[in-house]
Amino acid sequence: MKVLRFWSSLYSQQFKTTFSTMLQYRASLFIWMISAVLEPLVYLIVWSAVSNGRGGSVGSYTTGGFAAYFIAFMLVNQVTYTWIMYEYEYRIRQGYLSFALLKPVHPIHSDIADNLSSKLITLPILLIVAGGLALVFHPTARLSLWSILIFIPALFLAFLVRFLLEWTLAMAAFWTTRVSAINQVYFILVLFLSGQIAPLALFPPWLQRVADVLPFRWMLGFPVELLLGRLTVVQALGGLAAQVGWVVISLIFVRFIWRAGVRVYSAVGA
Amino acid sequence: MLTSTIHLDNLCKTYRVPERETGMGAALGSLFHRRMREVPAVDGLTFDLAPGEMVGFLGPNGAGKTTTLKMLSGLLHPTAGECRVLGYIPWKRERSFLRQITLVMGQRNQLVWDIPASDSYELNRAIYHLSTADYRHTLDELTELLDLGPLLKKPVRNLSLGERMKCEIAAAMLHRPQVVFLDEPTIGLDVTMQRRIRSFIAEYNRRSGATILLTSHYMADVEALCKRIIVIHHGKLLFDGDLSALIQKFTAHKTIIVQLGDCQVDLHAYGEVIDCQEGRVTLRVPKNETARLTERLLVDLPVIDLLVEDPSIEEVIDQVFTQDTPVNGQHTDEGI
Repeated sequence: MKVLRFWSSLYSQQFKTTFSTMLQYRASLFIWMISAVLEPLVYLIVWSAVSNGRGGSVGSYTTGGFAAYFIAFMLVNQVTYTWIMYEYEYRIRQGYLSFALLKPVHPIHSDIADNLSSKLITLPILLIVAGGLALVFHPTARLSLWSILIFIPALFLAFLVRFLLEWTLAMAAFWTTRVSAINQVYFILVLFLSGQIAPLALFPPWLQRVADVLPFRWMLGFPVELLLGRLTVVQALGGLAAQVGWVVISLIFVRFIWRAGVRVYSAVGA
Repeated sequence: MLTSTIHLDNLCKTYRVPERETGMGAALGSLFHRRMREVPAVDGLTFDLAPGEMVGFLGPNGAGKTTTLKMLSGLLHPTAGECRVLGYIPWKRERSFLRQITLVMGQRNQLVWDIPASDSYELNRAIYHLSTADYRHTLDELTELLDLGPLLKKPVRNLSLGERMKCEIAAAMLHRPQVVFLDEPTIGLDVTMQRRIRSFIAEYNRRSGATILLTSHYMADVEALCKRIIVIHHGKLLFDGDLSALIQKFTAHKTIIVQLGDCQVDLHAYGEVIDCQEGRVTLRVPKNETARLTERLLVDLPVIDLLVEDPSIEEVIDQVFTQDTPVNGQHTDEGI
């Protein structure tokens, strides 16, 4: 009970801190929102054009199917997005990590709370934008109650997989000053293998199998397909299992790489 | 039963830094083979601090003060030797250890820039799991001691350097640490603000009985706060003992200032004349001759006024820093 009170108070305080910080920067928040909408919008327009040129569909996706996919993708991306990889290097080089290390709580908690709370601010706005896009692009999907119900835990797990994995990758900053090169490679892999540039169902079967064993699909494409009713119950449950597996694996990564990283940090000093 | 709060035994920290010559060739070469050079930052420090002691930790830039403080607060892993703080091995950073210590770095800020300090305090309250009553009580006390009242509700970025430092110190003290490491807490602050922070540190030490290790380049800080000082240079201990003992040791001379009716009298016979204007003569004399010479001056000359002074503590410290061999301090380990 006491433990629960501790964590809930820690997270709610971090929420408040993030809220008040973000509200100080309304303009940059707005600019950032535009980019969050623009990217999927570009893919949506391109794929709609391709689909229309091909008589109304590409593979299993109709023009309305593409609209539904990219609008849902925009929302899932918004919920799972993190900016840890940009920030971590700065923290280490500038020595801000020292303050975190002096605190009796693992610094990952403030990052989780920080990310989640920023989503609470941006998500409602993005939902309105999604509504507007739906009016313009006429999305079509087979929504069902069970898939929406599974979508909720799938979305949370997707956030965890992405967050933990990016937190792990960000720790590269303990060893190298060229983190941006690593980030570039990572973003390209996400672009193709998560379903960001196109639904994975349109990729060659061998590439889909590759995507299945890598984590990227489970942090983006999977919840989108699930929400839009494109998966069977078995596929949905299998996907949840894959997500849980990746959460476990990335937690192990976080634990060991963090220890090794702090060892490097405390050897070199900052 | 713990006898010393802070214990260092032959503590060492050696940094390995890549060594590279300038030029394209060397740059290419370093891609394949990085030559590393070992730089000893802390080189065999041994000392103890008793519970409640407040000690000044001095040394020129690069002497290893910050490195030592970072090892003691668990941020750096020692290369060799041992240190214990409250019985804990700092680098293990156990929660119960971190809850009882704090490190204030005068040149770094932990407060969130864009929001009022009180919001950052609330976050620290949650992190340290402080009860509302304790937190309120401590914050009220800190507000009073540091005069924070009007500052707490302003975004940190709108505060002046001195105001920010006061807020930073309060943030670091909310959990009432039993061991306080202060690394240049008054750097860059004006005299009034320095004095305020100084009196806060003294008061905190008095009220809480916390053990405090303080570095500062302002001798006034050290003079006002610390009976005992530890001087290091090149990572090695130069002096550990009472400040007054250090001054005694390094004061070979005293200054006698005599006010005479006129300046025509030649005082070279009494000592080295450093300055002479409008009848005011400044003499440097060997310390053990001071009494005899003063007496002679008063007898021989029409002295209006006479003043005997010790050299400033800055001068003394400067002399210590230029030493390379350890000085035997007179610090007795009473109570340890």
